[in-house]
Amino acid sequence: MAMTPYVRTRMLEQKPPPVTSVGPAGWMRRNLFAGPVNSAMTVVTLGVVALLLSHLLPWVFLSVWNADSLAECRQIIDETWGTEHSGACWAVVRERFLQLVYGFYPWDFLWRPNLTFVLMLVALAPVLFTGLPRRMLVFSVLYPFLGAWLLWGGPVWTPLLALAGFGVAALGWRLGGRVNAILAVALAVLLPLLWWILVMGPLGRGLSALLPLGLEPVESNKFGGFMVSVVIGMSAITLSLPLGILLALGRQTDLFIVRSFSVAFIEFIRGVPLITLLFVASTLLNYFMPPGTNFDLIVRVIIMATLFSAAYIAEVVRGGLAALPKGQYEAADSLGLDYWQAQRLIIMPQALKIAIPGIVSTFIGLFKDTTLVSIIGILDPIGLSNAIRADSAWNGIYWELFAFIGFVFFLFCFSMSRYSMYLERKLNTGHR
Amino acid sequence: MTDTAQSPAMAVSDEVAIDIRSMNKWYGQFHVLRDINLTVYRGERIVICGPSGSGKSTMIRCINALEEHQEGKITVDGTVLSSDLKNIDKVRSEVGMCFQHFNLFPHLTILENCTLAPIWVRKVPRKEAIETAMHYLEKVKIPDQANKYPGQLSGGQQQRVAIARSLCMRPKIMLFDEPTSALDPEMIKEVLDTMIQLAEEGMTMLCVTHEMGFAQAVANRVIFMDQGQIVEQNEPRAFFNNPQSERTKLFLSQILGH
Ligand SMILES: Nc1ncnc2c1ncn2[C@@H]1O[C@H](COP(=O)(O)OP(=O)(O)O)[C@@H](O)[C@H]1O
Ligand SMILES: [Mg+2]
Repeated sequence: MAMTPYVRTRMLEQKPPPVTSVGPAGWMRRNLFAGPVNSAMTVVTLGVVALLLSHLLPWVFLSVWNADSLAECRQIIDETWGTEHSGACWAVVRERFLQLVYGFYPWDFLWRPNLTFVLMLVALAPVLFTGLPRRMLVFSVLYPFLGAWLLWGGPVWTPLLALAGFGVAALGWRLGGRVNAILAVALAVLLPLLWWILVMGPLGRGLSALLPLGLEPVESNKFGGFMVSVVIGMSAITLSLPLGILLALGRQTDLFIVRSFSVAFIEFIRGVPLITLLFVASTLLNYFMPPGTNFDLIVRVIIMATLFSAAYIAEVVRGGLAALPKGQYEAADSLGLDYWQAQRLIIMPQALKIAIPGIVSTFIGLFKDTTLVSIIGILDPIGLSNAIRADSAWNGIYWELFAFIGFVFFLFCFSMSRYSMYLERKLNTGHR
Repeated sequence: MTDTAQSPAMAVSDEVAIDIRSMNKWYGQFHVLRDINLTVYRGERIVICGPSGSGKSTMIRCINALEEHQEGKITVDGTVLSSDLKNIDKVRSEVGMCFQHFNLFPHLTILENCTLAPIWVRKVPRKEAIETAMHYLEKVKIPDQANKYPGQLSGGQQQRVAIARSLCMRPKIMLFDEPTSALDPEMIKEVLDTMIQLAEEGMTMLCVTHEMGFAQAVANRVIFMDQGQIVEQNEPRAFFNNPQSERTKLFLSQILGH
């Protein structure tokens, strides 16, 4: 075979791509009508979607917003669109809106949950968006105490003294540190516990007697509606992330006791249904408390929900840790970073980034699982919907309440999902 | 040991930088390092070679305690490596290390990669750390990439950043574990040039490498390892022209043969 010698003397220009591969026409061609099977499936699917919407949309939009009872709703619908038409009775949402949002929180104090919610957004902002000034994080750290005080009320001394417990911990750490590390840890744990359990109560009462500053207390059983979902959901979410990270690290450490405890905890919690934990929170937990202590039910539920989702977070984070090449640990070690520095600066930022989709899924699951508290008698939106139906005016109304509750939950969960996608994009620094 | 010093800075002092005495290490039942004895003087440039699996990486990783040794004594810059974490952290901040796969931190920019350890370990003020980082990035000839992420750089550039990152800690000793083995041929030279420059400035270096040209240019000692033991060590010219042991001869014929 003879070879033809060839030398290119002129380089070729770049040509635009053919029209069929770009633009809307190209997109439809590629995604909707690529071949006969694909085209047939497109047509069938569009038909099914159209059929569903033709039933759903009239129900949603040809509906009643102003009425005092289900019977009145039906009457208005019959008069306006004829007896054939079935429309939604959104009037129940309108009439019970405040209840669905706040439960039985005293009407005069609604500014308190409202303010708590707005401040929550302020506290979350610097955590979610790193572009904001870092100094805002100080408020984020103080917010849980402020928020709890606003919601439950009581003397202003309670949150202040609770905060002071951390000062006591720091003091214990300092004093113990003068002797040795073990004493430092022991004092940093024991002193604040003693402070919270023994000192805080009497001291708070004393201070209130001297200077009775505070908000009207509101009992937990007045809490309800979406407020309760957000309080339980957000508290458990923010608490379970750090706890889950610690458990994931605990499961990987060389310290035998810590590792065994972490494994046992994670496996136990994952093996038990959340409902069981909630029943434990509502009934059993009181047996273990010293008699006379009144441990708030919502706080107990928050603890259980936190433990529950922390176990899942731990496993998700462990997946992220496992995906990191060993070289990252070695590089951190070889530069002289200690264990916690390496975790905080090198390992966790990367492991958590890998774990974002799993973490957010766990959070979304947890947030939706807050509806289970209706089973132990907390009036979350689902619990309230039963209560509303018990009223003779709204007896028999199902879809409208569930659709509304579902819609609100969807807004929350969808925002979380969008945020996680934003975060993933932002943290993407090219391939490793 | 005679020194073929090309520049006055390359002179070897009689101060001991690393001293390894009767070191043994096992992975489970497997005796991976057997009775290693090695003294490295300040300013020495040592090249370690040997077949794959002979324990070269394990040996140099014992020097900054990335691996634990079970028997024997390792003294680095006067500090004895024991299980005391304080000693280990001290040694690690004095000893820089470059890996075959660079191991840059992908979530940090080049500049942040270089300033992280000085800021957190050495507690250097941020501004000063940035100045130092830029100084070393200029030295390895990539100051213009400072704000990019490692994933955006070529392999050769990444390895030079890894060298700069170690240098920012102002180490007294540098360890290299096959720094050019993961690189495309055209990038090997830029990394070797950086290492030669470092050698000329008098850095104490231990390099695991099969780049025999590099060994001949800068090393003042070549060590041949096989089956976890130091089989032969000599100054480069004698090592290459007149190897003593059969295994060394076989190894050299294999890597220089083709
Ligand atoms: N973590 C480990 N566990 C068990 N064996 C190992 C481990 N790391 C290395 N080895 C073994 O130790 C020997 C020496 O490895 P290494 O020091 O990496 O060799 P080299 O760098 O000379 O190629 C090899 O046989 C390898 O399989
Ligand atoms: Mg190796």
